[in-house]
Amino acid sequence: MPDTRMKQVVFHLRRYEPGKDREPHWEQYKIDSPPGMTVLDGLWKVKELFAPTLAWRSSCRMGICGSCGMLINGRPRLACNTQISELQSDVVAVGPLPNFGIIKDLVPDLHPMFEAHRELMPYLIREDLQEQDSPTGEYWQTPHELERYLQFSYCIKCGCCMAACPTMATDPQYSGPMPLGQAHRYNSDTRDGGFAKRRELLEGGRGPWRCHFAGECSQVCPKGVDPAKAIQMMKQDLVFDLLKLRVRKPAARLVDKPCGKRREDIPAAPPRTVTG
Amino acid sequence: MESHAHPNRLGIRGWVGGGRWGFERYLYTLHRITGLGLLTYFLLHIFVTSARVFGKGAWETAMSAVSGPAFKAGEYLVFAAFAFHAVNGVRLALIELGFAVGRPIEPIYPYATSVGRQRPLAIAVMLIAGVLAVWGGYNFFFMD
Repeated sequence: MPDTRMKQVVFHLRRYEPGKDREPHWEQYKIDSPPGMTVLDGLWKVKELFAPTLAWRSSCRMGICGSCGMLINGRPRLACNTQISELQSDVVAVGPLPNFGIIKDLVPDLHPMFEAHRELMPYLIREDLQEQDSPTGEYWQTPHELERYLQFSYCIKCGCCMAACPTMATDPQYSGPMPLGQAHRYNSDTRDGGFAKRRELLEGGRGPWRCHFAGECSQVCPKGVDPAKAIQMMKQDLVFDLLKLRVRKPAARLVDKPCGKRREDIPAAPPRTVTG
Repeated sequence: MESHAHPNRLGIRGWVGGGRWGFERYLYTLHRITGLGLLTYFLLHIFVTSARVFGKGAWETAMSAVSGPAFKAGEYLVFAAFAFHAVNGVRLALIELGFAVGRPIEPIYPYATSVGRQRPLAIAVMLIAGVLAVWGGYNFFFMD
Protein backbone atom coordinates (compact mmCIF):
# COMPACT_ATOMS: atom_id res chain seq x y z
CA MET A 1 0.00 0.00 0.00
CA PRO A 2 1.49 3.40 -0.94
CA ASP A 3 2.58 5.69 1.86
CA THR A 4 0.15 8.62 1.98
CA ARG A 5 1.52 10.32 5.08
CA MET A 6 2.71 13.90 5.01
CA LYS A 7 6.19 14.27 6.48
CA GLN A 8 8.45 17.17 7.31
CA VAL A 9 11.73 17.54 5.48
CA VAL A 10 14.52 20.04 5.89
CA PHE A 11 15.89 21.57 2.73
CA HIS A 12 19.57 22.54 3.04
CA LEU A 13 20.09 24.95 0.17
CA ARG A 14 23.37 26.34 -1.09
CA ARG A 15 22.81 30.10 -1.40
CA TYR A 16 25.00 32.59 -3.20
CA GLU A 17 24.14 36.15 -4.11
CA PRO A 18 26.75 37.71 -6.43
CA GLY A 19 27.87 41.11 -5.28
CA LYS A 20 26.63 40.43 -1.75
CA ASP A 21 28.10 37.09 -0.62
CA ARG A 22 31.81 36.43 -0.77
CA GLU A 23 31.32 32.64 -0.57
CA PRO A 24 28.32 30.35 -1.01
CA HIS A 25 26.71 29.28 2.26
CA TRP A 26 24.03 26.83 3.41
CA GLU A 27 20.56 27.84 4.58
CA GLN A 28 17.87 25.56 6.03
CA TYR A 29 14.12 25.56 5.42
CA LYS A 30 11.61 23.11 6.90
CA ILE A 31 8.60 22.24 4.75
CA ASP A 32 5.80 19.67 4.66
CA SER A 33 6.33 17.03 2.01
CA PRO A 34 3.37 15.02 0.74
CA PRO A 35 4.02 11.70 -1.03
CA GLY A 36 5.07 12.20 -4.63
CA MET A 37 6.59 15.62 -4.03
CA THR A 38 9.65 16.18 -6.20
CA VAL A 39 12.69 18.17 -5.18
CA LEU A 40 11.63 20.80 -7.71
CA ASP A 41 8.18 21.05 -6.06
CA GLY A 42 9.99 21.46 -2.74
CA LEU A 43 12.08 24.31 -4.11
CA TRP A 44 8.96 26.09 -5.31
CA LYS A 45 7.45 25.67 -1.86
CA VAL A 46 10.56 27.06 -0.16
CA LYS A 47 10.54 30.01 -2.57
CA GLU A 48 6.86 30.64 -1.93
CA LEU A 49 7.02 30.41 1.87
CA PHE A 50 10.51 31.46 2.94
CA ALA A 51 12.99 32.56 0.27
CA PRO A 52 11.48 34.63 -2.54
CA THR A 53 14.91 35.47 -3.95
CA LEU A 54 15.94 31.81 -4.33
CA ALA A 55 17.10 31.20 -7.91
CA TRP A 56 17.38 28.04 -10.02
CA ARG A 57 16.68 26.94 -13.58
CA SER A 58 13.74 24.74 -14.51
CA SER A 59 11.26 24.51 -17.30
CA CYS A 60 9.45 21.36 -18.43
CA ARG A 61 9.05 19.56 -15.05
CA MET A 62 9.17 16.20 -16.82
CA GLY A 63 12.83 15.33 -17.39
CA ILE A 64 12.90 16.52 -20.98
CA CYS A 65 14.47 19.97 -21.06
CA GLY A 66 17.53 19.31 -18.87
CA SER A 67 17.33 22.68 -17.09
CA CYS A 68 17.06 21.57 -13.47
CA GLY A 69 20.29 19.60 -13.02
CA MET A 70 21.43 20.05 -9.40
CA LEU A 71 23.56 18.36 -6.78
CA ILE A 72 20.92 16.63 -4.65
CA ASN A 73 22.11 14.79 -1.56
CA GLY A 74 25.60 14.54 -3.03
CA ARG A 75 24.62 13.30 -6.45
CA PRO A 76 23.90 15.20 -9.68
CA ARG A 77 20.24 14.67 -10.61
CA LEU A 78 17.31 16.41 -12.25
CA ALA A 79 15.24 18.10 -9.53
CA CYS A 80 12.01 17.44 -11.44
CA ASN A 81 12.82 13.76 -11.82
CA THR A 82 13.71 13.12 -8.19
CA GLN A 83 11.01 12.44 -5.63
CA ILE A 84 11.88 13.38 -2.07
CA SER A 85 10.73 9.95 -0.88
CA GLU A 86 13.32 8.18 -3.05
CA LEU A 87 16.12 10.03 -1.22
CA GLN A 88 15.13 8.11 1.93
CA SER A 89 16.15 10.99 4.15
CA ASP A 90 14.46 13.81 6.01
CA VAL A 91 17.22 16.11 4.83
CA VAL A 92 17.36 17.27 1.22
CA ALA A 93 20.67 19.00 0.50
CA VAL A 94 20.58 20.88 -2.79
CA GLY A 95 23.52 22.70 -4.33
CA PRO A 96 24.42 23.91 -7.80
CA LEU A 97 26.09 21.41 -10.14
CA PRO A 98 29.79 21.29 -9.22
CA ASN A 99 32.57 21.82 -11.77
CA PHE A 100 30.60 24.79 -13.15
CA GLY A 101 30.78 28.34 -11.84
CA ILE A 102 27.86 29.58 -9.76
CA ILE A 103 25.85 32.45 -11.23
CA LYS A 104 23.40 32.66 -8.32
CA ASP A 105 22.14 30.17 -5.73
CA LEU A 106 21.45 26.94 -7.66
CA VAL A 107 22.13 28.35 -11.13
CA PRO A 108 25.34 26.97 -12.67
CA ASP A 109 27.18 28.68 -15.47
CA LEU A 110 26.86 26.07 -18.23
CA HIS A 111 28.57 28.27 -20.79
CA PRO A 112 31.92 26.35 -20.81
CA MET A 113 30.05 23.08 -21.49
CA PHE A 114 28.13 24.53 -24.43
CA GLU A 115 31.30 26.16 -25.75
CA ALA A 116 33.12 22.80 -25.71
CA HIS A 117 30.06 21.21 -27.32
CA ARG A 118 30.02 23.82 -30.10
CA GLU A 119 33.75 23.41 -30.76
CA LEU A 120 33.34 19.68 -31.45
CA MET A 121 30.92 20.43 -34.30
CA PRO A 122 27.77 18.61 -33.13
CA TYR A 123 26.05 18.55 -36.51
CA LEU A 124 26.18 16.59 -39.75
CA ILE A 125 29.18 17.55 -41.82
CA ARG A 126 29.01 16.92 -45.56
CA GLU A 127 31.75 17.25 -48.14
CA ASP A 128 29.41 19.31 -50.25
CA LEU A 129 29.10 22.56 -48.27
CA GLN A 130 26.13 23.65 -50.36
CA GLU A 131 24.36 20.43 -49.39
CA GLN A 132 25.38 20.87 -45.75
CA ASP A 133 24.00 24.40 -45.51
CA SER A 134 20.88 23.75 -47.57
CA PRO A 135 20.00 20.04 -47.51
CA THR A 136 18.06 18.98 -50.55
CA GLY A 137 16.57 15.76 -49.23
CA GLU A 138 16.85 12.76 -46.96
CA TYR A 139 19.92 10.53 -46.60
CA TRP A 140 19.97 6.75 -46.68
CA GLN A 141 20.27 5.04 -43.31
CA THR A 142 19.34 1.55 -42.20
CA PRO A 143 17.78 0.83 -38.79
CA HIS A 144 20.98 -1.01 -37.88
CA GLU A 145 23.03 2.10 -38.67
CA LEU A 146 20.62 4.19 -36.61
CA GLU A 147 21.22 1.98 -33.57
CA ARG A 148 24.91 2.88 -33.63
CA TYR A 149 24.19 6.39 -32.37
CA LEU A 150 20.54 6.51 -31.26
CA GLN A 151 21.34 5.97 -27.57
CA PHE A 152 23.71 8.93 -27.57
CA SER A 153 21.21 11.19 -29.33
CA TYR A 154 18.90 11.16 -26.29
CA CYS A 155 21.24 13.57 -24.44
CA ILE A 156 19.39 16.58 -22.97
CA LYS A 157 22.55 18.56 -22.09
CA CYS A 158 21.64 18.85 -18.40
CA GLY A 159 25.29 18.81 -17.29
CA CYS A 160 24.87 16.08 -14.64
CA CYS A 161 27.62 14.01 -16.29
CA MET A 162 30.01 16.97 -16.21
CA ALA A 163 29.33 17.52 -12.52
CA ALA A 164 29.95 13.85 -11.68
CA CYS A 165 33.18 13.45 -13.67
CA PRO A 166 36.30 13.36 -11.44
CA THR A 167 38.51 14.42 -14.35
CA MET A 168 36.38 17.53 -14.84
CA ALA A 169 36.96 18.25 -11.15
CA THR A 170 40.65 18.93 -11.69
CA ASP A 171 41.15 19.55 -15.39
CA PRO A 172 39.58 22.68 -16.89
CA GLN A 173 40.96 21.82 -20.33
CA TYR A 174 39.06 18.54 -20.61
CA SER A 175 35.97 18.87 -22.82
CA GLY A 176 33.93 16.56 -20.60
CA PRO A 177 31.52 13.67 -21.11
CA MET A 178 28.66 15.56 -22.76
CA PRO A 179 30.60 17.28 -25.59
CA LEU A 180 32.70 14.16 -26.24
CA GLY A 181 29.69 11.86 -26.19
CA GLN A 182 27.94 14.12 -28.66
CA ALA A 183 31.01 14.27 -30.90
CA HIS A 184 30.91 10.46 -31.03
CA ARG A 185 27.18 10.57 -31.70
CA TYR A 186 27.94 12.44 -34.95
CA ASN A 187 31.10 10.49 -35.74
CA SER A 188 29.09 7.27 -35.70
CA ASP A 189 26.27 8.65 -37.83
CA THR A 190 26.56 7.26 -41.35
CA ARG A 191 25.13 10.50 -42.79
CA ASP A 192 28.11 12.41 -41.38
CA GLY A 193 31.49 12.88 -43.04
CA GLY A 194 33.22 14.96 -40.36
CA PHE A 195 35.34 12.38 -38.53
CA ALA A 196 38.63 13.77 -39.88
CA LYS A 197 37.74 17.33 -38.86
CA ARG A 198 36.69 16.31 -35.34
CA ARG A 199 39.73 14.03 -34.97
CA GLU A 200 42.01 17.08 -35.05
CA LEU A 201 40.06 18.62 -32.17
CA LEU A 202 40.00 15.40 -30.17
CA GLU A 203 43.78 15.13 -29.91
CA GLY A 204 45.45 16.52 -26.80
CA GLY A 205 44.20 17.45 -23.35
CA ARG A 206 40.61 18.25 -24.19
CA GLY A 207 39.95 14.99 -26.03
CA PRO A 208 38.79 11.58 -24.82
CA TRP A 209 42.21 10.40 -23.62
CA ARG A 210 41.74 12.22 -20.31
CA CYS A 211 38.87 9.88 -19.52
CA HIS A 212 39.89 6.86 -17.43
CA PHE A 213 36.49 5.33 -16.98
CA ALA A 214 35.38 6.33 -13.52
CA GLY A 215 32.01 5.65 -15.14
CA GLU A 216 30.21 8.20 -12.99
CA CYS A 217 28.85 10.14 -15.98
CA SER A 218 26.91 7.09 -17.12
CA GLN A 219 25.72 6.29 -13.62
CA VAL A 220 24.15 9.71 -13.08
CA CYS A 221 22.79 10.30 -16.60
CA PRO A 222 19.02 10.79 -16.20
CA LYS A 223 18.35 9.64 -19.76
CA GLY A 224 20.49 6.48 -19.97
CA VAL A 225 22.73 8.03 -22.61
CA ASP A 226 25.91 6.38 -21.28
CA PRO A 227 28.54 8.98 -22.25
CA ALA A 228 31.33 6.77 -20.85
CA LYS A 229 30.49 4.15 -23.47
CA ALA A 230 30.49 6.77 -26.23
CA ILE A 231 33.90 8.04 -25.13
CA GLN A 232 35.44 4.54 -25.07
CA MET A 233 33.99 3.80 -28.52
CA MET A 234 35.40 7.10 -29.73
CA LYS A 235 38.85 6.04 -28.49
CA GLN A 236 38.46 2.74 -30.34
CA ASP A 237 37.62 4.66 -33.52
CA LEU A 238 40.64 6.92 -33.08
CA VAL A 239 43.02 4.00 -32.47
CA PHE A 240 41.61 1.96 -35.35
CA ASP A 241 41.87 5.02 -37.59
CA LEU A 242 45.51 5.50 -36.59
CA LEU A 243 46.22 1.84 -37.41
CA LYS A 244 44.31 2.17 -40.70
CA LEU A 245 41.83 -0.44 -39.46
CA ARG A 246 38.81 1.86 -39.37
CA VAL A 247 36.39 1.20 -42.19
CA ARG A 248 36.06 4.51 -44.02
CA LYS A 249 32.90 4.94 -45.98
CA PRO A 250 31.66 8.06 -47.72
CA ALA A 251 28.76 9.80 -46.00
CA ALA A 252 25.38 8.28 -46.86
CA ARG A 253 23.98 9.49 -50.16
CA LEU A 254 20.70 11.25 -50.77
CA VAL A 255 17.56 9.20 -51.20
CA ASP A 256 16.48 9.39 -54.82
CA LYS A 257 13.70 11.88 -55.39
CA PRO A 258 10.37 10.71 -56.84
CA CYS A 259 10.62 10.44 -60.61
CA GLY A 260 7.75 12.89 -61.12
CA LYS A 261 5.47 10.57 -63.16
CA ARG A 262 1.97 10.27 -61.73
CA ARG A 263 0.40 6.80 -61.71
CA GLU A 264 -2.60 6.76 -63.95
CA ASP A 265 -4.83 4.63 -61.70
CA ILE A 266 -4.92 7.10 -58.79
CA PRO A 267 -8.46 8.60 -58.55
CA ALA A 268 -8.84 12.37 -58.47
CA ALA A 269 -9.31 14.08 -55.11
CA PRO A 270 -12.92 14.83 -54.12
CA PRO A 271 -14.08 18.42 -54.54
CA ARG A 272 -13.29 20.87 -51.74
CA THR A 273 -15.88 21.18 -49.03
CA VAL A 274 -14.42 24.27 -47.40
CA THR A 275 -13.94 27.48 -49.29
CA GLY A 276 -11.81 30.49 -48.54
CA MET B 1 33.93 34.31 -23.27
CA GLU B 2 35.32 34.29 -19.76
CA SER B 3 32.98 33.21 -17.00
CA HIS B 4 32.44 35.67 -14.13
CA ALA B 5 30.56 33.12 -12.07
CA HIS B 6 31.80 32.06 -8.64
CA PRO B 7 34.22 29.11 -9.08
CA ASN B 8 32.81 25.76 -7.98
CA ARG B 9 35.25 23.21 -9.43
CA LEU B 10 35.69 20.35 -6.95
CA GLY B 11 39.44 19.86 -7.39
CA ILE B 12 41.07 16.90 -5.63
CA ARG B 13 37.89 16.64 -3.55
CA GLY B 14 36.27 15.43 -6.78
CA TRP B 15 38.57 12.40 -6.76
CA VAL B 16 38.27 11.44 -3.13
CA GLY B 17 34.91 12.83 -2.06
CA GLY B 18 33.08 9.59 -1.64
CA GLY B 19 30.13 7.82 -0.19
CA ARG B 20 27.70 8.21 -3.07
CA TRP B 21 29.81 7.08 -5.99
CA GLY B 22 30.29 3.78 -7.73
CA PHE B 23 32.97 1.12 -7.39
CA GLU B 24 34.76 2.21 -10.59
CA ARG B 25 35.23 5.75 -9.30
CA TYR B 26 37.24 4.41 -6.38
CA LEU B 27 39.29 2.30 -8.80
CA TYR B 28 39.91 5.50 -10.79
CA THR B 29 41.12 7.30 -7.67
CA LEU B 30 43.20 4.36 -6.46
CA HIS B 31 44.76 4.01 -9.90
CA ARG B 32 45.89 7.65 -9.76
CA ILE B 33 47.19 7.38 -6.19
CA THR B 34 49.10 4.16 -6.91
CA GLY B 35 50.46 5.68 -10.12
CA LEU B 36 51.78 8.71 -8.26
CA GLY B 37 53.14 6.42 -5.51
CA LEU B 38 55.00 4.24 -8.02
CA LEU B 39 56.42 7.33 -9.72
CA THR B 40 57.64 8.65 -6.35
CA TYR B 41 59.19 5.27 -5.54
CA PHE B 42 60.85 5.14 -8.94
CA LEU B 43 62.45 8.57 -8.45
CA LEU B 44 63.61 7.67 -4.91
CA HIS B 45 64.95 4.35 -6.20
CA ILE B 46 67.03 6.14 -8.86
CA PHE B 47 68.26 8.61 -6.24
CA VAL B 48 69.27 5.91 -3.72
CA THR B 49 70.90 3.51 -6.16
CA SER B 50 72.83 6.35 -7.80
CA ALA B 51 74.90 6.43 -4.58
CA ARG B 52 76.95 3.61 -6.11
CA VAL B 53 78.76 6.09 -8.38
CA PHE B 54 80.28 7.70 -5.27
CA GLY B 55 81.96 4.47 -4.20
CA LYS B 56 81.37 1.40 -2.06
CA GLY B 57 81.14 3.34 1.20
CA ALA B 58 78.42 5.67 -0.09
CA TRP B 59 76.53 2.68 -1.46
CA GLU B 60 76.61 0.81 1.85
CA THR B 61 75.56 3.94 3.75
CA ALA B 62 72.62 4.45 1.38
CA MET B 63 71.61 0.78 1.68
CA SER B 64 71.75 0.83 5.47
CA ALA B 65 69.61 4.00 5.46
CA VAL B 66 66.80 2.21 3.62
CA SER B 67 66.83 -1.06 5.55
CA GLY B 68 64.70 -2.05 8.51
CA PRO B 69 61.11 -3.17 9.06
CA ALA B 70 59.54 0.18 8.10
CA PHE B 71 61.24 0.16 4.70
CA LYS B 72 60.34 -3.50 4.21
CA ALA B 73 56.68 -2.66 4.85
CA GLY B 74 57.08 0.29 2.49
CA GLU B 75 58.49 -1.96 -0.20
CA TYR B 76 55.58 -4.29 0.26
CA LEU B 77 53.19 -1.35 -0.22
CA VAL B 78 55.04 -0.53 -3.44
CA PHE B 79 54.55 -4.13 -4.58
CA ALA B 80 50.84 -4.08 -3.67
CA ALA B 81 50.45 -0.75 -5.51
CA PHE B 82 52.21 -2.25 -8.50
CA ALA B 83 49.96 -5.33 -8.48
CA PHE B 84 46.84 -3.18 -8.41
CA HIS B 85 48.10 -0.65 -10.95
CA ALA B 86 49.23 -3.34 -13.39
CA VAL B 87 46.08 -5.48 -13.45
CA ASN B 88 43.76 -2.46 -13.31
CA GLY B 89 45.81 -0.97 -16.14
CA VAL B 90 45.04 -4.03 -18.26
CA ARG B 91 41.33 -3.55 -17.51
CA LEU B 92 41.53 0.13 -18.46
CA ALA B 93 43.45 -0.63 -21.64
CA LEU B 94 40.76 -3.11 -22.70
CA ILE B 95 37.95 -0.70 -21.86
CA GLU B 96 39.62 2.31 -23.43
CA LEU B 97 39.97 0.36 -26.65
CA GLY B 98 36.22 -0.07 -26.64
CA PHE B 99 36.10 -3.68 -25.40
CA ALA B 100 33.96 -4.91 -22.50
CA VAL B 101 31.62 -1.90 -22.58
CA GLY B 102 29.04 -3.31 -24.99
CA ARG B 103 27.41 -1.76 -28.02
CA PRO B 104 24.92 1.13 -28.06
CA ILE B 105 21.47 0.02 -26.88
CA GLU B 106 18.00 1.51 -26.64
CA PRO B 107 17.90 3.26 -23.24
CA ILE B 108 14.94 1.73 -21.42
CA TYR B 109 14.47 2.43 -17.71
CA PRO B 110 16.04 1.10 -15.50
CA TYR B 111 19.03 1.94 -17.64
CA ALA B 112 21.79 -0.58 -18.21
CA THR B 113 25.15 1.15 -18.57
CA SER B 114 28.62 0.26 -19.78
CA VAL B 115 29.70 0.44 -16.14
CA GLY B 116 27.51 -2.50 -15.25
CA ARG B 117 28.57 -4.31 -18.41
CA GLN B 118 32.26 -4.22 -17.46
CA ARG B 119 31.65 -4.84 -13.74
CA PRO B 120 32.51 -8.59 -13.91
CA LEU B 121 35.85 -7.64 -15.46
CA ALA B 122 36.47 -5.09 -12.69
CA ILE B 123 35.68 -7.68 -10.01
CA ALA B 124 37.88 -10.31 -11.66
CA VAL B 125 40.72 -7.82 -11.90
CA MET B 126 40.41 -6.90 -8.23
CA LEU B 127 40.45 -10.57 -7.26
CA ILE B 128 43.65 -11.07 -9.24
CA ALA B 129 45.19 -7.97 -7.62
CA GLY B 130 44.15 -9.30 -4.21
CA VAL B 131 45.71 -12.74 -4.86
CA LEU B 132 48.92 -11.07 -6.06
CA ALA B 133 49.01 -8.81 -3.00
CA VAL B 134 48.53 -11.78 -0.62
CA TRP B 135 51.10 -13.88 -2.45
CA GLY B 136 53.52 -10.94 -2.41
CA GLY B 137 52.94 -10.40 1.31
CA TYR B 138 53.71 -14.06 2.04
CA ASN B 139 56.82 -13.81 -0.07
CA PHE B 140 57.96 -10.55 1.56
CA PHE B 141 57.39 -11.43 5.19
CA PHE B 142 57.60 -15.23 5.48
CA MET B 143 59.97 -16.54 2.82
CA ASP B 144 63.18 -14.68 3.75
